[in-house]
Amino acid sequence: MTITDILQETTTALSTNKVRSGLTMLGIVIGISSVIAMVSIGQGAQGAIQNSIQGLGSNLLTIIPGILQPGRGIVSSGRGAAQTLKNDDVTVLRSVEGISAISPELNRRFQITSSSGNNTNSTVIGVSPDYLTVRNVTVGNGSFITDNYLNSLGRVAVLGPTAAQDLFGDVDPIGKTIRINKINVQVIGVLQAKGSAGFFNPDDTVFVPITTMQHILAGVDYLSTIAVSVAQKDLMPQVKDEATAALAAKHRVDPQNPDFSIVSQSDILGTLTQVTTTFTIFLASIAGISLLVGGIGIMNMMLTTVTERTREIGLRKAIGAKKQDITQQFLAEAITLTFLGGTIGIFLGWMISFAVSRLANIATSVSLSSVALAFGVSAGIGIIFGYYPARRAAALNPIAALRYE
Amino acid sequence: MLECKDIKKIYKNGAEETVVLKGISLRIEKGEFVAIMGPSGSGKSTLMHILGCLDTPTSGTYALDGQDASKLSDEELADIRVKKIGFVFQAFNLLPRATVLRNVMLPLVYARVAPDKREELAKQALRAAAFPEEFWNHHSNQLSGGMMQRVAIARALVNNPAMILADEPTGNLDTKTGEMVLAAFQQLHKEQGRTIVLITHEPYIAEHAERILYLRDGNLVRDEKTPTQRVVHEPSSL
Repeated sequence: MTITDILQETTTALSTNKVRSGLTMLGIVIGISSVIAMVSIGQGAQGAIQNSIQGLGSNLLTIIPGILQPGRGIVSSGRGAAQTLKNDDVTVLRSVEGISAISPELNRRFQITSSSGNNTNSTVIGVSPDYLTVRNVTVGNGSFITDNYLNSLGRVAVLGPTAAQDLFGDVDPIGKTIRINKINVQVIGVLQAKGSAGFFNPDDTVFVPITTMQHILAGVDYLSTIAVSVAQKDLMPQVKDEATAALAAKHRVDPQNPDFSIVSQSDILGTLTQVTTTFTIFLASIAGISLLVGGIGIMNMMLTTVTERTREIGLRKAIGAKKQDITQQFLAEAITLTFLGGTIGIFLGWMISFAVSRLANIATSVSLSSVALAFGVSAGIGIIFGYYPARRAAALNPIAALRYE
Repeated sequence: MLECKDIKKIYKNGAEETVVLKGISLRIEKGEFVAIMGPSGSGKSTLMHILGCLDTPTSGTYALDGQDASKLSDEELADIRVKKIGFVFQAFNLLPRATVLRNVMLPLVYARVAPDKREELAKQALRAAAFPEEFWNHHSNQLSGGMMQRVAIARALVNNPAMILADEPTGNLDTKTGEMVLAAFQQLHKEQGRTIVLITHEPYIAEHAERILYLRDGNLVRDEKTPTQRVVHEPSSL
C-alpha cells in the first residue's frame, strides 16, 4: 500500500464514525492540552523567578554570617542571628582580586514616622555608596548616600518608592524629615521602583549611611550582609573561593567550616529552579495521567473498530492483503487520531496558558521543546495503543473473519 | 492447471477429530466452467477454501497453475490469492463507503500495482463484467444486489486471475437477478475463456456450468459433464 492508499482508507474509516472518532480524539486533546498548559505555567514561573533574581544585581555574591544549612536554602538562613561579620572584613575583601564593588549592609526593622504623621514599619538598611552598583538600583529623585555622609554619621535617608508612598503619599518627600527609632533624619532621595523579588520587597525600604545605622540607630558594630559585585561572571567561583579563604584567615576559622556563608546568585537560582522544576514535573505528570487515559480510549475504540470490521478485514485478506497491509491500515487510523488530537491539543493548551497569564496574571511560556514533546508523545501514544488492535486485526483468519456475523 | 491429489482435511478440537475431506482428487483444466455441488456439511466450503488458497490441506497436494500450494505459509498464500484467484462471495463483501471504481481497484492495491495504472485496469474489468458505466462512481451501498455482485465479479477479474472462485454467488439474490449473474459468468467463460469454479448447493444453479462435481460426506462421489447445460441468453439489463 502506498501512503496515499493508507490516507484514503484512514479518511474513509474515520469519517464513517465522526462522533466516535471525535470523542476518542477529545481524550488526546484534553491530555495534550493539559500537559502543554501545565508545563507552560511551570516554565513561566521559572522564568519569572530567574528574571527577578538577576534583577537583584549582576554577578552578585552575598556574604552572610552563620552557616547556610544545606537543603534548607537561603530562605531560612537565620540571617542576623550571628554577629560574625565586622567592618574589618570589608577591608580584607578589598584585597581579593576580581571584586569590583563591595557593599556592607546592616538591616533592621524600625517603626518610622513622617513629619506629616504617617507611620510605617519598614526595613531600614545601613549602606555605603557602592550599594547602587552592587544591588543594581537607581535613584529616581534626589541623591543617594555619599562618602561624606558616611564619614560624618550623616542623619540622612533615601526612601524606597513604597516607603515614600506610605510616609508621604503624593507629596515630594525630599528635604522632609522622618523619625526612625526616635531619631530625626532628613530625606535626600527616592529610588526608582524595582518590583518585588519574591520574599523581600526592595521598594519598601529606607536607606541610611551604614555608619549612622551602626552607631546611632542600632548601636552595634557588626554587619548583617556584605554584598560583593564580581567583575566578570566566569570569575565568580574563583572570587568565592578566595573570599572564603581570606575571611576564614581573618576570623581564624577552618575554611572548610567557616562561621559565614557566601551565596552566589546561581546558588539561589539553583535552589529555586529545583523547586520550580519539581513543581513543573508534578503538574505535568498529573496532566500525563489524562493523556494516558486518552490513549486507553484510543485503544478501546480501535478494538471496537476491529471487531466491527471483521468481515471487511476477512475480505481484504481473502483478496490478498498481507498482515503488514492490515497492520499499517489500522495503525495509521490510530496515529491519525492521536496526531490530530495532539495538534488540536497543542493549540488548546497554548490558548489555556495564554488565558491563564491574562486572567490570573501568572507568567506562562509555551516552549518549542514542550510542543515538540507533545507531538512526539501523541504520535507515540497512537503507535503504542494502536499497535495491539492493529496486530489483532492482522492476525485474523480470513475464513473465520468472512463468516463473522 | 488445477490439480488436487488425495486431499484430506482434519479438524482437531481437543481429543476429537473431525474428518471433513476424506481424500479428494480432481483436476480442472484451464478454461473450464465447473460447479462443485453438495448439501451442507458435505465439505464443499472446506474444499473451496483449499482451492482458493485460504487454507491448506492436512495431507495431499494441491497445485495451482503448476505451483504447489499445499504447504505454504499464510503470507505466501496471500501472495497466490492476490495473483491467481478472484473471489466472488455470497454476501458480495464490497466496501460500503467506497465507490464502485475504488472497490474494483482494491486487489490492485494489495498486488502493488502502480497507482496510475489501477484505474485503467479497473475500468477494463468493469467493462468485462458488463457493469454499466454511469454507476462507476456510485458508492457501492447505493446499488442493487445484482449490481453489487457484478462489481464483485469485476473485482475478481481485475488482477487477471487464473481462476474465478464463486461461493454461492446467487445465494443472496432473487432468481431473476441470480440468472443474470450466472449469465455474466457464462459470458466470461465463453468469450474470454476464463476458468470458473462455482460452489453451490442448488442443482439448478450448478446446471449452468459445463461440468458438475458432486460432494457428499467429504468424498467426491460423482464427476460428470452437465447433461443439459442451462444457458442464459440475455445478460444485459440488471
